Amino acid sequence: MTGPLWELLFKGAWITVQLMVYSAVLAAAVAFGIGMARTSRLWIVRFLSGVYVEFFRGTSALVLMFWLFFALPLLGWQLAGIWAGTLALGLSYGAYGSEVVRGALQSVAPAQREAAIALSFTPWQRMRKVILPQAVPEMMPPFNNLLIELLKGTALASLLSIGELTFQAKLARLSTGESAQVYGIILVMYFVIAFVVTRVMRVLERRAKASIGQAPKTGGWFSRRLSVSRQSAQPSAVGGGH
Amino acid sequence: MNTWSWDYVGDIMPQLLDGLWITVQATLLGSLVAFALGLVWAMALRSPSRWVTWPVGVLVEFVRNTPLLVQLFFLFFVLPGWGLTFGALTTGVIGLGLHYSTYTAEVYRAGIDAVPKGQWEAATALSLPRGRTWLAVILPQAFRRVVPALGNYVIAMFKDTPMLSAITVADMLFEANSIGATTFDYMEPITVVGVLFIVISYPTSVLLRVLERRLVR
Repeated sequence: MTGPLWELLFKGAWITVQLMVYSAVLAAAVAFGIGMARTSRLWIVRFLSGVYVEFFRGTSALVLMFWLFFALPLLGWQLAGIWAGTLALGLSYGAYGSEVVRGALQSVAPAQREAAIALSFTPWQRMRKVILPQAVPEMMPPFNNLLIELLKGTALASLLSIGELTFQAKLARLSTGESAQVYGIILVMYFVIAFVVTRVMRVLERRAKASIGQAPKTGGWFSRRLSVSRQSAQPSAVGGGH
Repeated sequence: MNTWSWDYVGDIMPQLLDGLWITVQATLLGSLVAFALGLVWAMALRSPSRWVTWPVGVLVEFVRNTPLLVQLFFLFFVLPGWGLTFGALTTGVIGLGLHYSTYTAEVYRAGIDAVPKGQWEAATALSLPRGRTWLAVILPQAFRRVVPALGNYVIAMFKDTPMLSAITVADMLFEANSIGATTFDYMEPITVVGVLFIVISYPTSVLLRVLERRLVR
């Protein structure tokens, strides 16, 4: 591996990080929007958001990405590769995230909601001042898992020829023929990015828990947790294992 | 602007169904690998020796935290270099199975943890050998708890098989892509593939939820 090839890979890593951040922002917006909609009082809102979740969890993220990239132009919209990737990842991981949000919202003690009603808070005040501050720390470990899944999902965008890490690795491999070396290197690069993300999420989790006076559980240096509480209010949120 | 053509859908359906068959094969074979390897990891991680737990732990974390697609490329291009030449489907099954084995290992771990401690102690009191403790006492009790979660990973694998098309496995996405490349009309093939995924995975996940309610109390 020579200098220019390393540069190629680092450039790819940078695009991977960008792609991850854009999709994570979109996924978070979707997750909170749909997650809250699923706890709505109106059945039609619950139903439509449920359809959204089942639809995007039911199909494959890669197929969705291909659809957005290859089929959508036939309807008159041509998306740049990176946006097709962002949209596909954000929409599908948002659907997984919405289950996390819903589970966390439902795990807040009902008495808290009743107390807020007794204080005659509006529904929005109730959500913002009582429910969310308690639900958000619950969401952090599963969000950590999802963020790593999202990072791994960005590799799919290489199949749309977006110049992210996996795509650049392909170029590097074609020019050197050193498959084991090139793919070994980028596997380690993905691992390093995942490590950093996990540590940052741990810090955020600790802060969020401290802000409502809870001690965080401690985990190993790296290990993501099997944080889906199967016993609690969220029925098989593992749906996709993502 | 392209209009949806049912005739076109009818024409391409047989080829997509061929792809579906490959997709299903890859999922089922991958599941077998993932179930078996996952159990190996889960039991190895409970070994008293650090010489076993440490390397296995590192391997599991590494595989879990790196993309399946890159792992598939790695296997596809590297295994032949090591003198192991497999077909694309076999490589795909190994990759899929290895990747998901790191998830099923967690499932087994949770299932094994859920077996009450007294059961281990009872096995010790009866001076059962280690192998029999696992086979006759612990695993049968862990099993019913892990079935629904394992099922969820089968669905997840099913939805990840399109990645195998990148290493030339002729699965559904691969077929849809090659149809699109010859007719310049991707709309119908890719839409049909997406719909087929939902048509299979959604009822399966509903079934699993029912199973989960029955098995896990």
